[in-house]
Amino acid sequence: MGAWTSYRLRIQRKRWHIRARRKSRELTVHKDRTNQIKRGDILLFSTFRNEDVRLPYFFKYYRDLGVDHFIMVDNESDDGGGEYAAMQPDVSVWTAKGSYRRSRFGVDWLNYLQRKYADGHWTLVVDPDEFFVYPFCDTRPIRALTDWLDASDIRSFGAMLLDMYPKGRLDAVPYKKGQDPIEIASWFDSGNYTFAKNHLYYNLWIQGGPRARMFFEDEPWRAPALNKTPLIKWDKNYAYVSSTHMVLPRGLNLVYDEWGGEKASGILLHAKFLDTFGEKAAEELSRGQHYASSQEYKAYAEGIAQHPDLWCKWSEKYINWRQLEILGLMSKGNWA
Amino acid sequence: MSVGVVMLVHTALKRAEQVIRHWSAAGCPVVIHVDKNVDRTVYDEFVNSVADLPDVLFSKRHRCEWGTWGIVAASQSASSLMLEKFPAVRHVYLASGSCLPLRPIKDLQEYLGKRPRTDFIESATTADVPWTQGGLDFERFTLRFPFSWRKHRFLFDRYVEFQRRFKMYRRVPDGIVPHMGSQWWCLTRQTLSAILEDPDRGVYDAYFKRVWIPDESYFQTLVRLYSQNIESRSLTLSKFDYQGKPHIFYDDHLQLLRRSDCFVARKIWPDADRLYENFLNEENPLKGAEPNPGKIDRIFAKAVERRTRGRAGLFMQSRLPRAGHENGFTSAPYSVFEGFADLFEDFEPWLARMTGTRVHGRLYSKAGVEFEGRQKTFSGAMSSNAKLRDHHAQSFLINLIWNTRGERQCFQFGPADSQFVSWDMAKDPNAQISVISGAWAIPLFQSNRNFSEIRAEAAELQRIESEHLEALRSPWAKARIRIWTLADFIETPMEALQTVLDEMGAKNLRRVTEAPKMADLNGFGQFLQNLKNQGMHPYLMGDFPTESSPVNDRPSRRKPYLVR
Repeated sequence: MGAWTSYRLRIQRKRWHIRARRKSRELTVHKDRTNQIKRGDILLFSTFRNEDVRLPYFFKYYRDLGVDHFIMVDNESDDGGGEYAAMQPDVSVWTAKGSYRRSRFGVDWLNYLQRKYADGHWTLVVDPDEFFVYPFCDTRPIRALTDWLDASDIRSFGAMLLDMYPKGRLDAVPYKKGQDPIEIASWFDSGNYTFAKNHLYYNLWIQGGPRARMFFEDEPWRAPALNKTPLIKWDKNYAYVSSTHMVLPRGLNLVYDEWGGEKASGILLHAKFLDTFGEKAAEELSRGQHYASSQEYKAYAEGIAQHPDLWCKWSEKYINWRQLEILGLMSKGNWA
Repeated sequence: MSVGVVMLVHTALKRAEQVIRHWSAAGCPVVIHVDKNVDRTVYDEFVNSVADLPDVLFSKRHRCEWGTWGIVAASQSASSLMLEKFPAVRHVYLASGSCLPLRPIKDLQEYLGKRPRTDFIESATTADVPWTQGGLDFERFTLRFPFSWRKHRFLFDRYVEFQRRFKMYRRVPDGIVPHMGSQWWCLTRQTLSAILEDPDRGVYDAYFKRVWIPDESYFQTLVRLYSQNIESRSLTLSKFDYQGKPHIFYDDHLQLLRRSDCFVARKIWPDADRLYENFLNEENPLKGAEPNPGKIDRIFAKAVERRTRGRAGLFMQSRLPRAGHENGFTSAPYSVFEGFADLFEDFEPWLARMTGTRVHGRLYSKAGVEFEGRQKTFSGAMSSNAKLRDHHAQSFLINLIWNTRGERQCFQFGPADSQFVSWDMAKDPNAQISVISGAWAIPLFQSNRNFSEIRAEAAELQRIESEHLEALRSPWAKARIRIWTLADFIETPMEALQTVLDEMGAKNLRRVTEAPKMADLNGFGQFLQNLKNQGMHPYLMGDFPTESSPVNDRPSRRKPYLVR
C-alpha cells in the first residue's frame, strides 16, 4: 500500500513537471539577471499582478532578511509594477501572458522556474503581501536559519499564514508606497485555529482566523487553508502541488512533530486586508481567476460591501516574533 | 608559552584564521590540522594567509568524517607535532575552527599555570550517563561500524541489528575501561605524551578504529590510564541538542557568553560578526573566575525540552501530537458543570462570585456558544458561531483553555448540547466534571409544551446523557468526575457544592456562605410519574418520591460546629 501510494505520488509529481514545462511557454523574459546567482544563494520566488504599490517594501523587507536574489513572475500587470521590479539590481522578471487560474494560481510558472534556477538553493516562495517571520528574525538573518536547518538535516520549514487586519474600516487608512503594511494592518486572531492532517500528502490543513470568523461562518469547511511550507532547500525534482500548501515529495510536508514535541516554525504575516483590498476583491471577482471559482472572493465582496470591522475586542496587536511564539502560533523548536 | 593549541579546521577558514591570530598574538603556539576534504588550492591559500605568524605549524592531513577515526588521527598527529616542536608547552588545548576564546588568553594561561598537573577532559563511564543517541551506549565499544551513519543509515542500522542477533561482540582490550565525553579537551604534556608514546598504542588504535564515534572516547578512555589528576569537565563550552548536534551561538548570545566566564565556546556561527568582533578585539578584564555556564545550560536544556516534550495542551502548526502523545490534551485545569444550571436559577453568577473564575454558559449549546456575558467573541478571537465550533469541536476546547492560560474556566454542559467532546473531556485529566444526572428534566418540567413532545425529548436526552455517563464511568476516563443523581443531590445540595468548590482549588478556602437559588420542584415528582405512565421511564434522576414537595426557598446550610 505504502509503496503503491508513493509510486502514484511520484507519477503525479512528474505530471506537474510536464505541466510546468508546458505552461512555461506562457512566460517571456522581461529581465534576466539569473547569472548573478551564486552557489548557496538564498532565492525568493513570487508571482504578482498589479502590486506596484506593495513591491518597494516587499523587496526591502526580504533584502533585509538576507535574500540574495528575487525571481518574479509578472502576470500582466498594467500599473508599472513589472517595470519597477525589472529595475531592481537583484531581481529577475518574467512576464506571464496566460490565465492565472489555469496555471494553477502561478504554481506551474514557479515550478518551472524553480526547477530551472533553484536546484540546490534555499528557496522562499511567498506572495507580495506575505511577510516571513521566523524565530530570532530580529537578530539573525535568514542565512542563520538555513545554515541551522542544513546542520540539522531539515529540508523544509513551515510557516502558517496569519491574516493581519486594521482596526476599523479597511479603507480608513490608505497604504502608501514603501510603507510597512503591518503598521496599518497590525491586528490578528491569536487562538481560533483548527488543525487536521491530510493523510495522503501528510500536510496539515489549518483553518481559522478572521476570514473563517467573518466570511465562512456558515461553511467553515470552505474557509481558506492557512498552512504553508514556504522555505525549502529546493531540488529540481520537487514540485509544489497547491500554492505552497502542499509539496511533493510528501516528506517535505512533515514540518510538524507528532510525538509531543515542537518543531521550529515561522509565520507568514498576511497583509492582505488594506485599503487596496476592496478594489482587488472586485477585480478578482470579475476575472474569476482565484481558487474554487473565486468562492473566497465572492464571500469577501459580499462581506466587504458592508465594510465590516474584522477587529474585535479580543484581537491581538502584533509586536514581534516572541509574542507569536508565546501565543503558540509558532515555535523556536530546539533552535536557541 | 605554557599553553599550545591544536586546532582542527574544515570550514570557515577565514574565521579560523582570525582565531589563530588571536591565539598567536597571546603567545600560544598553534598546530593546525586541515581536513583532507578541503581543496588543495584552498588549503594552500590558507597556509599562506597565516605564513606571517610565528609558531604556527600545519600537521599531516587526514580525512575527517563525523563519527569516524579520522578526527582522532588528526588530533594525534597534530598533538605529536606540538609536543615535538614546542618543548615549552605544558598544556595542549584541543580546539576547532569554530571555537572562539571568550576570555583573554592570558586568563587561560594563568588558570592552567595554577593547575600544572590537571587534565581537563570530560570522561565518564557509559553506564552512568544518558548522553548517547540511538541506544548505542556501551555497544559503541563492542560492535563494528563499517558503514557511514550519515550516508548509509539503512546499512548501518541493519548491520547493528545483525551483530546483535548473532551476538558478534568484540572484546575490549585488557586494561582499559571505556569512558566517553566531550571531544574538546586540554591535557598536560605528561599525560598526552604518555598516551601517544604508549608501547601498546598499536593495540588501542586498532581497537578504537572500529569504535563508533572514537573522538568522544579515545582520549577519554586512555587518559584514565595515565593521568594523575583528572578534572572531568571540558574547558570548552559546547552544548549538544537532542540529536547530538552542537548548538550554535549567534550574535544575540553575546551577553550570555560574556557572563558565562567560559574560556572557549563552540560552536560559533561563521557569520556572527558581532561575536567575533567583540571577543577578539575587546580588552576583556582579567577575572580569574571559574567558568559558570549555568544560564546557557538552562536555555539549551529548555530548547531540547521544547523540541522533545513541547508545551502541554498546545496544538499548532509544528506540534500535532497523535492521540496519547499529547502530554496533556489541554493546558490547564477547568471545570464542567452538568445539570447545575438547570437545578439552580442563578448558578452562573453565583459560581463566578464564589470562585472568582471565568464562568461560561453552555459552550456547546446547539444554538451558539454561550461565552461569559454572551459575548460574540472570546479570548483568542474565538467565534460564538456554533457551526465554526462544531467544525472542529476538540480544537474549540483546546483553544479555549490555551487562550485563557492562568485563569480557570468553568462551563455548563448537558445532553441538549452537541456531544463531540464528550469523550475528550472524560479522558482529560485537566477536566473536573460534576454531574447532576437527570437534571435536564427540570427545564422540560417547567416548559409550556405538549406532553407528547416533552416525552419524545425526554427520551432522547436520557439516551444521550446515559451515553455520556458511560464515557465518564469507563476505564479510560481520567477526569476528576463526580456524579450525583438529581434525587441524591437535592438531599444535601450544600455539601455537594462545597465538595466541588473545594476541589477547584486554593482560591476558595472559605466555607460557602451563600447558596444559589434552587428551581421550584413542586410537582416534579408527579411530572416524572406522568412520563412513566406514558411508558418513558426516567431513571437517571434517581428515586424521586411522587408526593415530595421539595423546598422552594434557599436551602439552609447546616451550621458548622464551631468552638469559639
